[in-house]
Amino acid sequence: MKDSTAYRLFRVFNVVVLLVIVFVTFYPFLNMVAQSFSSEGNINSGKVNLIPLGFNLETYKVVMADSMFWTNYENTVIYTVVATAISIVLTTFFAYAISKRRLKGRNLFIGIAVFTMFFNGGIIPNYVLITSLGMKNTLWAIVLPNAISVFNLLIMKSFFENMPEELEEAAAIDGLNTYGILLRIVLPLSKAVLATMILFYAVVNWNSWFSAFLYLDKKELFPVTIFLRNLIAGATSEGTSFGGSAENLTQIASNVKAVAMVLSVVPILCIYPFVQKYFVTGVMLGSVKQ
Amino acid sequence: MADGRAAAEQLDMPAATLEEVAPSAAGVSKSRKPAKQTWAVAIRKDWRLYSLLALPILYFIIFRYLPMAGNVIAFRKFQPGGSIWGEYWVGLTYIQQFINDPTFWNVFKNTIILGALTLIFSFPMPIIFALLLNELRSKKFKRIVQSISYLPHFMSVVIVAGMIFQLTSLQGTFNQLLAPLTGGAINFMQQADWFRPIYVSSDVWQSMGWGAILYLAALTTIDETLYEAARIDGANRLQQTRHITLPGLAPIIMTLLVLNIGSFMAVGFEKILLLYNPLVYPTADVISTYLYRVGILSNNFSYAAAIGLFESIIGLTLVLSANALSKRLVGTSLW
Repeated sequence: MKDSTAYRLFRVFNVVVLLVIVFVTFYPFLNMVAQSFSSEGNINSGKVNLIPLGFNLETYKVVMADSMFWTNYENTVIYTVVATAISIVLTTFFAYAISKRRLKGRNLFIGIAVFTMFFNGGIIPNYVLITSLGMKNTLWAIVLPNAISVFNLLIMKSFFENMPEELEEAAAIDGLNTYGILLRIVLPLSKAVLATMILFYAVVNWNSWFSAFLYLDKKELFPVTIFLRNLIAGATSEGTSFGGSAENLTQIASNVKAVAMVLSVVPILCIYPFVQKYFVTGVMLGSVKQ
Repeated sequence: MADGRAAAEQLDMPAATLEEVAPSAAGVSKSRKPAKQTWAVAIRKDWRLYSLLALPILYFIIFRYLPMAGNVIAFRKFQPGGSIWGEYWVGLTYIQQFINDPTFWNVFKNTIILGALTLIFSFPMPIIFALLLNELRSKKFKRIVQSISYLPHFMSVVIVAGMIFQLTSLQGTFNQLLAPLTGGAINFMQQADWFRPIYVSSDVWQSMGWGAILYLAALTTIDETLYEAARIDGANRLQQTRHITLPGLAPIIMTLLVLNIGSFMAVGFEKILLLYNPLVYPTADVISTYLYRVGILSNNFSYAAAIGLFESIIGLTLVLSANALSKRLVGTSLW
């Protein structure tokens, strides 16, 4: 059937609207990149939008020569790897156990997890707890408190539930115990969901800053997000070496901020085109009615 | 009982009626059921499975339930360095303190306004976006638009805040665009009036593409024959959208609405903390940022815990009532 004129007009309009959406979504990234290659003078005279003006790589050299930036970058990598590993182990164990309908007390265990989605202790009791556990200024304050995301847990649970039971039954007859079944039968068949979970946790950990902001006071322990946060907040006393002595520097140059931002976004932008389909799969799995 | 049900189905008769006429049959089938497993038996048989639960449960107890219990300091005097459960009872002192605190009511109001604006703008946008994408014929273009639209979701809130500062700075893009209209540069981040529009529009930017995924998935499950039938009946595309697409999306819209109402009070605390400054407190300061300053920066832990507890209870009440409402109105429930 032929489309009406109105609908054909709408389709043209629709494409235009979506192109505008794409442009607006992408613009802040382009602006950030343009500023990172521009000279400070051009940024301050309000000319830099999409195209770098006064193109130079000096700012990159300055930021990349800063040892604290790399120390913090390294911390981000360490925190992300450790936290993701802990999260994956805990989430897999719990999700596998509660995916078994024969588990007595199953609903209680599910309830314990799900309730925390709707009610949480709040910042203050958490802060008091972490402090009194002596976890301040340690890696543990960053990697433990948010180790299990209940949302991810439910995704994994529904994935395990949908696995054909016969496989596990056959493995049990062959003499494998629960641990063996999980390690040798279930996990090798769960690569897709594991990849999704690793990505979900890794992105959250890579991006996180607030735990570090609350629990870390030492510069050499900061993740790169805190380094950035201090740059953006213009906290010159935090001791960055950009542009000479920190005392007479009232404002950190826009191009320096832009470079630091670009450098911390690059890893995500590089893997993004290859992994975004896993994120989508993950959300779809999660939407399967429990 | 199972036998009774099956028989009732065959007789096309409600099970309850059958049980009334034949109570003995139900009784017999009940006695045939295996005895209920006791915990001791279950754990002995499946101890390996239970052992997998140990660490995660320990995690939930320590990092989730202990802090919940830790809210007891809202009613007890807490001293930094002292017991995490506080020193002695003070009753409702801290509750009264925040009820009589004008700043509290201002941040409470700000929280509700920001929550409401987010719900009004950020909630419908993904639906509209998904509907627009659904009208595209080119699969490739659709995929590209979608992929780009997710990108902001994966950016750290620190980067988002950095971008907002860049765009709104005196030399930034917004001021360049507005210069012909306003004459002079506006210092957006220093003016209380601008905080809400900036906060909400950046939230739409962050969440629109990602939020559309579930709707796009739901759109693919709508039966194609419904559209064919509608076309034969002469319905145009707009009518098809109104009478087939939207009703098809209704359950998922309801579920997500419940979730959104439930997190109504949990405004983007981290983003506000990064963006605000004392000049914009009149519009930007929300409950969580206020209690952060009161508690962690000024060491009034008990007072801040009282405010936090109040906020959590409102949050829980909101989810429960939104869920009850959605159950009654459309029959979808989160659990």
